[in-house]
Amino acid sequence: MMDAALIPEGAKRCSFPKFMLGIAIVGAVLLWGVYAMLLCWFKGLNQTNMNDYYGFALWIWADLAVIALGGGAFFTGLLKYIFKVDELKNIINFAVIIGFICYSSALLILAIDIGQPLRGWFIFWHANVHSMLTEVAFCLSCYFAVLTIEFIPNILENRQLNKVPFFHHLAHNMHGTMAVFAATGAFLSFFHQGSLGGVAGVMYGRPFAVREGLLIWPWSFFLFTWSAAAFGPCFTLLVTRITEAVTGKKLVKDNVIHLLAKISGWMIVTYMIAKLIDTWYWAYYTAPGLGFELSHFYTNNGFYGYWILVAEIIVCGVIPGLLLINKSTRENPNFRLIAIILAVIGVSLNRWVMVLQIMAVPVMPFDTWALYIPSWQEVATTILPVAYGIILIAFAYRYLPVFPQELELNQSKVQES
Amino acid sequence: MFPFIFEWVWDIGHVLFFGGFWYAIGILGAGMTYCIVKSAIDAMNDTGDNHH
Repeated sequence: MMDAALIPEGAKRCSFPKFMLGIAIVGAVLLWGVYAMLLCWFKGLNQTNMNDYYGFALWIWADLAVIALGGGAFFTGLLKYIFKVDELKNIINFAVIIGFICYSSALLILAIDIGQPLRGWFIFWHANVHSMLTEVAFCLSCYFAVLTIEFIPNILENRQLNKVPFFHHLAHNMHGTMAVFAATGAFLSFFHQGSLGGVAGVMYGRPFAVREGLLIWPWSFFLFTWSAAAFGPCFTLLVTRITEAVTGKKLVKDNVIHLLAKISGWMIVTYMIAKLIDTWYWAYYTAPGLGFELSHFYTNNGFYGYWILVAEIIVCGVIPGLLLINKSTRENPNFRLIAIILAVIGVSLNRWVMVLQIMAVPVMPFDTWALYIPSWQEVATTILPVAYGIILIAFAYRYLPVFPQELELNQSKVQES
Repeated sequence: MFPFIFEWVWDIGHVLFFGGFWYAIGILGAGMTYCIVKSAIDAMNDTGDNHH
């Protein structure tokens, strides 16, 4: 293989042409998204179907969803470096890479959403300190820096880079101080994940979203942070499973997977208890107090029915939580896979409800439901991060020692080759 | 107003927002500076500490 010198020692990878063919296929999808992104930048946001009545493009849901799914990085880092759950060292590299992809995607989406990315720095220079979204922008930028810092040692462990003494020592020293960076990342994540929920919770003009809370923070602030920590690890587990399926190799030992699934399961169950209480209180006290019955939010339209409430809370919330806390279902690969897929759908559905359904529900007597159909440019720019993520994972897996247990788990295959 | 924070006002909102922001930036900057300087020294001394 022409790139053999870059591949981790002892690791078996597909041939370079086969690898590049895969990259080219996914790269075509990436270019489609880039084309749509450039259209939005050069022609403006008229490329979307947003208007004065409905101001959230499809990509805003994707933005909140990837931030929630990327929460696996901060939570796994917190467990590994602060709570010293040492087994997670075998999956932390991959969790960081997934987090890096999610957060860089989120920043890219925001760069598209603001329409004029050249003015992106205005949020720092002319900061509105009364806005939760300003806090989100600050924390998001800083946390992306944290993820970059956490990713760098893994890059420097590349077979060739690691031969350079300075890079070798830098990787070593960064590993040594990683607890400081992980703690900073947890601090930043707590606030930006929370503030994204807080934005919905303080919308006093939107009875579907508004919540009571603690001091300046609505309950949705805490629910968002909690859900990101709970469901994020499921996305890490899901992408790990997909990577194992694509590579045809076992990459992480079962005890590590079981442990992360168990922690995630208990986080989901506790989150769902809080979410059920929150939903019940909102449905019976908050919304009626503002003049709205529950049925107002789920009837008289062609899409948003009670099904979405049941799907989010029961099917994709309570059920995966119970499957993951139960030892027999957690350790059964099929049930575990079902649980983590449902969990990933569940948190994405929650973000959909808390972003897009909020905007769709009529508020004034003369309002109608705003059932939004995104333009192809919105769809393409929403798929763009997926293609980018696949490419980055492919390169990372090929050239970096991402999975410390890979060689041990695939010893027989290495010997055969 | 500071050169690096345009429109600075001495109120609780600005102190909390920018205090938290620069606190995080400060930790990351100090942490990375420590790692880079130590790595440069280690590389020059070639301590042979090659395992982690």
